Amino acid sequence: MQRVLRIWPQTLLPPVITTSLYFVIFGPVLGERIGEMEGFNYLQFVTPGLIMMAVLTNSYQNVVSSLFGAKFQSHIEEMLVSPMSAHAILLGFAIGGVFRGLVIGAIVAAVSVAFVDLPIAHPLWTILVGVATSIAFAFGGFINAMVARNFDDVSIVPTFVLTPLTMLGGVFYSVELLGEPWRTVSYCNPILYMVNAFRHSILGSSDLPISVAGGVLGLFIVGFYTVAIIMLRRGVGIRS
Amino acid sequence: MTQANVAPALRIRGLSKTYKNGVEALKGIDLDVPEGEFFGLLGPNGAGKSTTIGVVTSLINRSGGAIEVFGVDTEQDLEGAKRLIGVVPQELNINQFEQPLQIVAQQAGYYGVPWREARERAGECLRWMGLWDKRGVMARSLSGGMKRRLMIARALVHGPRLLILDEPTAGVDIEIRRATWDLLQEINAAGTTIILTTHYLEEAEALCRRIAIIDGGCIVQDTDTRSLLAQLAIETFVLDPHEPLAAAPPIDGYEARLRDDGSFEVEVARSSSINELFSALDGAGIQVRSMRNKANRLEELFLRLVDNAGGDGVVS
Repeated sequence: MQRVLRIWPQTLLPPVITTSLYFVIFGPVLGERIGEMEGFNYLQFVTPGLIMMAVLTNSYQNVVSSLFGAKFQSHIEEMLVSPMSAHAILLGFAIGGVFRGLVIGAIVAAVSVAFVDLPIAHPLWTILVGVATSIAFAFGGFINAMVARNFDDVSIVPTFVLTPLTMLGGVFYSVELLGEPWRTVSYCNPILYMVNAFRHSILGSSDLPISVAGGVLGLFIVGFYTVAIIMLRRGVGIRS
Repeated sequence: MTQANVAPALRIRGLSKTYKNGVEALKGIDLDVPEGEFFGLLGPNGAGKSTTIGVVTSLINRSGGAIEVFGVDTEQDLEGAKRLIGVVPQELNINQFEQPLQIVAQQAGYYGVPWREARERAGECLRWMGLWDKRGVMARSLSGGMKRRLMIARALVHGPRLLILDEPTAGVDIEIRRATWDLLQEINAAGTTIILTTHYLEEAEALCRRIAIIDGGCIVQDTDTRSLLAQLAIETFVLDPHEPLAAAPPIDGYEARLRDDGSFEVEVARSSSINELFSALDGAGIQVRSMRNKANRLEELFLRLVDNAGGDGVVS
């Protein structure tokens, strides 16, 4: 967490600038021409997805860069020779990722207020889904860093998996607009569930039932946590 | 008396390690390091020293065998065993972008020391290592010797009973090396058992009371330093005559070899007296200005042991 705050120009500022550009483009520039989606103006519709995109990307990136940096400089050994349990090591890294994801999510949400009116239909769900998503992606980032052997491996998943899944995860459109088979294919995208759960929390409306979205999110948290713990105990990528 | 009080600091039985590429780095080694010992683990590159240290500190997964640290079986209670060990690795493994006080205090935190106490202990360790003035600078700005001392401070902050150092003076200048020797002797005198691996054999001879030599994944010698050196049956001396010689001088009972600088070498059996050599030199009419060992005694023995692993135990 100290690292996130210490290097804030690298961690906190860029996503704020990027997301502000999205607000400008999808608000005054494109939004009025696109019109309404699911009963909301287009900027209202995309804002929950944009916040969620910032949360999950930064939770993931923070853990990937922290853990891979520790592997690269070998100071991960400080923890490995200590009596800290695998759970403590994983949670330590994940908390850093969750902190960065939520701080940036909060900043992006604050910036969005200047552009759009967000009703926040279910405040508790909003917090819960935000925290749960950042936890899931922090664990995902941990797994990525464990298997990464070089800096290319660190960027492969965010570039070729995370970004496409996010862009195709219903951030910018309703999945109902898609024809078959793309609509069915979209249901295989876990990020669709997370974006829709967050949209439901804020706007009170989404393409998917909140219970299904919450269930998928829970499965990912448990799944990623289990895989990360097994890898840590076996020493994948960190022990010979 | 509890088991931990009578158990050696480190007991290794049948330890083996085969890497995924098929390299058999350790072939079932046995080792005992008594409590309070200053123990040297020597061996040529690739002999298995760092693998042994890595397995003991859990940085490398073992293939077989058992390890006990002060009677605590690492298979049964790895976390308990880790609490007793401090490690200074061969390669620098500090976060270069953090400050020494942070690095050492965080390490204490990893061992469950509360934050306030961790900072106090970190301060004590940094003062001991002469790094207090550097507590607030980025670790990357420290000199090589300071980084080494920082790693020692980090390894000591949780009060380990066993300190393991893997080539702690590799690549540092002679002044820092000697200062590190003094520091390690001080730490050992304070009651901490030390295991040291080193390439510098004079370092092992100067510091270690007990030495094991590992070669090809096997322990080829494990005894106290005095007994080990006693195995060297022959020592070679270099003698500087008053006037450089043009040919090897005839010395009754000894074979002399001329060196390029006009000095000469003589091999002396450890069973004979140096006085006998000087009597022979007087008899030959050779005036000697000074004499010295050709090589560090342990170095000579080490090379012969490694070359003749599995011999009769007497090294000539």
